Amino acid sequence: MLLYHQMALALQYLLNALQLGSVYALIALGYSMVYGILTMINFAHGDIFMVGAYLAMWASLFLLGLPGQLPTVVIFLGSLLFTMTLTACLGVSIERLAYRPLRQAPKVSAVITALGVGLFLENFTLATIGPEPRQVPAIFPVQQYSWGGVAFTNVQVFILLVALFLMILLDFLVRRTLTGMAMRAVSSNRVVVPLMGVPVDRIISLTFAIGSAIAGAGGLLYGLAYPVLDPYMGIRIGWWAFIAAVVGGIGNIRGAVLGGYVLGAVEIFTPVLLASSTYRDSVAFSLLLILLIFKPTGLLGRPTVEKV
Amino acid sequence: MGRKIGQVLAMFIVLAGIGMILGCGAKPEQEVRLGVNAELTGSKPTVGDSCKKAMELLAEQINQQGGLKVGERRLPLRLYIEDNEDKAESAAAAAQKLISQNNVLAIIGPNASGNAIPAARICEDSSVIMISPWSTNPKTTEGKKQVFRACFIDDFQGQVMAKFARQHLKADTAAVLYDVASEYNKGIAEYFKQFFEADGGKVVAFTSYTTGDKDFSSQLTTIKAAAPQVLFLPNYYNEVPLQVRQARHQGLTCAIIGSDSWGSQELLTLGGADLEGSYFSTHYAPDIATPKAQEFIKAYEAKYGKKPDDVAALTYDAGQLLCQAITRAGVLDRVKVRDTLAQITEFEGVTGKMTFKGGGDPVKSAVILLIQNGQFKYFASVQP
Repeated sequence: MLLYHQMALALQYLLNALQLGSVYALIALGYSMVYGILTMINFAHGDIFMVGAYLAMWASLFLLGLPGQLPTVVIFLGSLLFTMTLTACLGVSIERLAYRPLRQAPKVSAVITALGVGLFLENFTLATIGPEPRQVPAIFPVQQYSWGGVAFTNVQVFILLVALFLMILLDFLVRRTLTGMAMRAVSSNRVVVPLMGVPVDRIISLTFAIGSAIAGAGGLLYGLAYPVLDPYMGIRIGWWAFIAAVVGGIGNIRGAVLGGYVLGAVEIFTPVLLASSTYRDSVAFSLLLILLIFKPTGLLGRPTVEKV
Repeated sequence: MGRKIGQVLAMFIVLAGIGMILGCGAKPEQEVRLGVNAELTGSKPTVGDSCKKAMELLAEQINQQGGLKVGERRLPLRLYIEDNEDKAESAAAAAQKLISQNNVLAIIGPNASGNAIPAARICEDSSVIMISPWSTNPKTTEGKKQVFRACFIDDFQGQVMAKFARQHLKADTAAVLYDVASEYNKGIAEYFKQFFEADGGKVVAFTSYTTGDKDFSSQLTTIKAAAPQVLFLPNYYNEVPLQVRQARHQGLTCAIIGSDSWGSQELLTLGGADLEGSYFSTHYAPDIATPKAQEFIKAYEAKYGKKPDDVAALTYDAGQLLCQAITRAGVLDRVKVRDTLAQITEFEGVTGKMTFKGGGDPVKSAVILLIQNGQFKYFASVQP
């Protein structure tokens, strides 16, 4: 009986870890894709996620407020499409305006610019929308279930499934389509590939568009699970997703997903094992350090040889 | 030639500088300069906003009467409002700026204890009066001569809620989830545990998180496994709704209680139905307002179109307390005003009667509010 109780508890923690991990994974994908193609860390990515969460809130508020109740599916897909389109545009504009002019500059310049863009997005949101936390409307009513002592909601299941679907879709796009092939080609060699007729700039824009759109989707899903938004919400999640991308092997898409779930598990299980969440962030960052000592390329990353 | 012009220019600048310093020094005291150190941005913007609004209302009322009576004259009240971004270091910097640049007589705020404690240190070192409207952590005034507050302190509040949980809710077991990175939350969580256990109860889960966390599922699962009869959440209004929601989704059905950091209307907008039936301790209840409080509520509503929360009420009290001390002292002198303030033993404010027994902490009663039909309802008063 006690064993059964313990198992149910473990399962409960695992389910919580999966929900959180899904959000981290979706954001980590954007870090990883941009790094893969530009070897640059886009530190504004967490804030693109934050903007996505706000956009999703407005879209669903608008659609829920329309006369005549729209079906839930329409509201969800409408909000998702709106959010993903606008965050994609945001990502592309940031790349075009802030990063492309610096492409020949030292990498440090681009990273500092990215931090600046992140600060801009936070403070722009703060100035225009205000610092008050905002509530995300529920697109569909929350149903609670309990199964053998494990409590879960339809929102949790929904998040898991949508995240999984997006990840599989992205994996398919990158591995099975011509565009994906071009992306992989640009990431493996940015000097030779243009000579073969691949429009490098367009592929880079596309990478930003896809990465940001997924972050936007992440923002929407996050809002469903944690329906209170504030302009600084992207900072902490951005950092955790960044660690997830590095742990998984930055530049590797499946690695980012794996890293996301690993970080979700770290966040959920650290307070359980240490009986305090005080050390949670230290554990996450120590994990990163230890991993990088033994496996500098991350879990799924492949070592690259610096070409001279 | 060019050099000469340069020298003449430099002379001018130096002279102008000296003139300015002398000018300032010789200027008669034309106004009462007060600083407001508030959380206008950051994670608790409603707190800063209420504090700013209450002080502006007070200044407007006093200035409409021709100003504050200081000795023979009536001087206008002038506010210098600084944003402390809800960060400890910015709160200290804001206090520093108000003192050194604006040369204020006294400072109202900060409100959150995490900000008030570092700012209090600055004020103490510079011998400038500081009154925190809302900081309930004992450390804010501890060992300080210049620092006062308008609210009760957390050992009293922790005791009130522990007693309430034991006697009214008949709870034998309790769980606490608190923000370990914030002075206020940590302090009151520990007091609650101490008093609940002294009262014969048992705290079965004492778990923490860090400011800014949005996922509490791990801690709540642990709490659920410990099966407490009551869950105490001494956290700020912007975090409590997510905690309560996640607690209910994890299948926790026990009663949930909180502390004065809940007392903002934002709590209801963000939390909704999940909060129904929860109780929390706070400073005043608008539905049992005294005539003095009613007057304030009416003026505040007329000016801003919304009901004042407890921060607004406490700020108004802090401001009035300070003005009373200035009028009684009769001069704009920091030392004299401080000494006069320290001699005020009784003060009737919007939030009730305060008694100072030496030191900066008033003795005053607390009220317990119940959340019912999406509103704060008066439930009980607790005398110290």
